[in-house]
Amino acid sequence: MGTKFIISVIGMFLVTYIPRFMPVYGLTKIELPQAVKSFLEYVPVAVLSALLFPVIFIKDGRLFLALSNIYLLSAIPTFIAAYFTRKLFTPVVVGIVSYVILSFIIK
Amino acid sequence: MIVDGDVRKSINGVKSALPIVLGYLPIGFAYGLVGVKSGFTISQVVALSLFVYAGSAQFIAISLLSAGTSIVTLVSTIFIVNLRHFLYSTSLSQYMKHISRKHIPILSFFITDETYAVAITDLQTNSEYTEGYFYQLFLTSYTAWVFSSFLGAVSGSLIGGSINIGLDFALPAMYIALLLMQISGYKKVFISVFSGLLSITLMFVLPGNTNVIVAALIGAGMGVLLDKWVRNL
Repeated sequence: MGTKFIISVIGMFLVTYIPRFMPVYGLTKIELPQAVKSFLEYVPVAVLSALLFPVIFIKDGRLFLALSNIYLLSAIPTFIAAYFTRKLFTPVVVGIVSYVILSFIIK
Repeated sequence: MIVDGDVRKSINGVKSALPIVLGYLPIGFAYGLVGVKSGFTISQVVALSLFVYAGSAQFIAISLLSAGTSIVTLVSTIFIVNLRHFLYSTSLSQYMKHISRKHIPILSFFITDETYAVAITDLQTNSEYTEGYFYQLFLTSYTAWVFSSFLGAVSGSLIGGSINIGLDFALPAMYIALLLMQISGYKKVFISVFSGLLSITLMFVLPGNTNVIVAALIGAGMGVLLDKWVRNL
């Protein structure tokens, strides 16, 4: 495990570092065209949705649309809190508390 | 007044990192636990957190390594899973123009799903920031990640079984909060729903976490088309 592990870690470091480093280093000097800027403006919304939807709608590789889906149910009060505060911390706390309460009720 | 302005102009990266810390603790802990249970030593488990610093990639690495997968397969899988960082880095590049270039090679290492999402939200609403902001945000998050994986690994080697802390929802909750901070106007609502549903659909056909990057690319591309289309109406 020793040598293989060390080579693997070096390999993984390189393939995770290069995509993080290259664009931010190479593009800071360049003025991007309007279409690219428009594209980049949508990236955060698209990425966050692409990350979030599977977490709350999928369980064990299947669509999980039921009242026993704690993630989906906890998302509702979190969403409401986020809508009204437009801040980070309060919705996170609301989400965690909802999740804990719902876990007790449903399990 | 001047003092007030000076204080306000630097956004506090440590404060911005707190929800991330809350989210990283249970996941890092779980990762450490799983790592040790899969037969890795505490230092190997922590080494991945130190040098790879990407949650889903580390979980995948642990399962592939313990299954005896070849280094080439392992490394190329990790590459694909983390390609989305390319997108984050491109997006952040627009906000790092006036930061001294000598910091970029260090700062860019710390770009993750969560640090990117928080940073981009802060940067869009606050045009005054320094490299200090990035260091605060990035190092606080990184420390939490490394530390929690260490704790998980130690606990895993001390006690058996798994521990559920009920903080599982911290990261999804953060995604929801960040998403709502990003959304302004019906076009972004549309792109959000579109990308989210696409991501779910692609999950069933694409391997690893590739659904996230493909859905995000198509979703953002759709946004550009939407912009053009609406303008021409």
